[in-house]
Amino acid sequence: MIPAEVFLTFILMLSIFLGFELINKVPATLHTPLMSGANAISGITVVGAISLAGTGHGDAAQWLGFFAVALASINVVGGYLVTDRMLAMFKKKEG
Amino acid sequence: MDNLIQFAYIISAALFIYGLKQLGSPATARRGNMISSTGMLVAIVAALLDQGIVDYQWIVIGVVIGGAIGAFVARTVEMTSMPEMVALFNGFGGMASLLVGLAAMSPTAATFTLVTIVLSILIGGVTFTGSLVAYGKLSERMTSAPIMFAKQQMVNGAIVAGIVISALLFINFPDTGFWLFLVVVLSLAFGVMVVIPIGGADMPVVISLLNSYSGLAACAAGFAVDNNILIVAGSLVGASGIILTQIMCKAMNRSLTNVLFSGFGSGVQETTEVEGEIKPISVEDAYYVLEAASSVAVIPGYGMAVAQAQHVVKELMELLEENGAEVNFGIHPVAGRMPGHMNVLLAEADVPYDQLLEMDDINPRMETVDVAIVIGANDVVNPAAREVESSPIYGMPVINVDSARTVFVLKRSMASGFAGIENPLFYKDNTRMLFGDAKESIGGLIREFS
Repeated sequence: MIPAEVFLTFILMLSIFLGFELINKVPATLHTPLMSGANAISGITVVGAISLAGTGHGDAAQWLGFFAVALASINVVGGYLVTDRMLAMFKKKEG
Repeated sequence: MDNLIQFAYIISAALFIYGLKQLGSPATARRGNMISSTGMLVAIVAALLDQGIVDYQWIVIGVVIGGAIGAFVARTVEMTSMPEMVALFNGFGGMASLLVGLAAMSPTAATFTLVTIVLSILIGGVTFTGSLVAYGKLSERMTSAPIMFAKQQMVNGAIVAGIVISALLFINFPDTGFWLFLVVVLSLAFGVMVVIPIGGADMPVVISLLNSYSGLAACAAGFAVDNNILIVAGSLVGASGIILTQIMCKAMNRSLTNVLFSGFGSGVQETTEVEGEIKPISVEDAYYVLEAASSVAVIPGYGMAVAQAQHVVKELMELLEENGAEVNFGIHPVAGRMPGHMNVLLAEADVPYDQLLEMDDINPRMETVDVAIVIGANDVVNPAAREVESSPIYGMPVINVDSARTVFVLKRSMASGFAGIENPLFYKDNTRMLFGDAKESIGGLIREFS
């Protein structure tokens, strides 16, 4: 069995390389939507925060989790909606 | 159930990756964003299935409050304010990771987990306050000039030393909450300290870098709570921000260390003598030249957006096309206030994206261009970057408008650009200056055409 920290670091290494490959192919025209989309994806912290906010312990950790859920939700919802709003404006020349 | 959650995370990671891949072309980008958001939905639903959750009340309240704020901001934000919004969102992401790191704290945790908790708090804290300062500078709620003071480097050094020492003490004595508290406070202070000495013109670099940090903070939080979807998504964002940072630095011909530590614009003095004379042109004469042109390139700068001239520019573009001319836009990477900003502003004005050319695409064809119209841009078309070795911007890649047959520069007056550098373009033989408000000048040209 691979120790958890080795496994997680392995995933980290692979996804960083994958990230560089993917993002290098994004044209300069789309760099602003890319950044707001990245805002949305960094809201993934909400996934980690959800289980902390739902323990029902009523302790400090639960409240920290609650605030993290709220902040990350701003990023997720706001990030995806504003990216969609921008991308909808990009049109090809008709005809 | 736990296996099911982990499999759902794999699906979610695949959707993020595929979504980003679709962002490779404007034609598929919108679908890519949908796919990415579906990945997020899958991850959130999976997280809610966690059997450790006994009370959904606060989760729902948090999601509803956050979602409502996010939706409101996304609907109402102006396209010109996009840099501020991204800066603010970077900060929220950082803070969320800091909070998750804190909440994941338990004195019985393994050393590896304690290290990752410290990292998520450190990166998250720096991202949070750094982004708030960047937001303040971009929205002009605070001065956009670099803030420098005596012994600044020493103060920064002391903060870094303080962070390292308290982090080490925390990892060795995790029972004492004090050291962790100190890491939080010092990280927040450090975020302010790293961004205040950076000037407004360098903010595109800073928000790209903070964008990357917000991803890395999520990554560190993923290690702290042992969750691999946070690591995958966080590192994708981290990689994206780093690439954009590199692109911005290259476009300004500066190294990242130079941007972060030099306080650009402080005391740059230049004494180049420029040969030639300024040749103004009237709207009417400009019309006759444009009327005869078969190829026109528009080089916009942020001044165009400040004057809200993009809609009249689009109108002029349509008239020129009806007149049989080919019209393209040449977009310098730092034309706006964040990567790709100018493209969004022009897309908002309904300029088709296939007519928005990158610097490297428009430069080779500049010699065949009859008229290049420079609107609200200055440094990005400054030939001194190629020709004058003593110029502070020497070596910076620029759009070579001076190779076009005729150059029109729309400018309010003869004041220097943002960086305060003299522009020899204005004195070239083929350059004509169209003085006045850009929006009014273009409006005048439109009236001449119709």
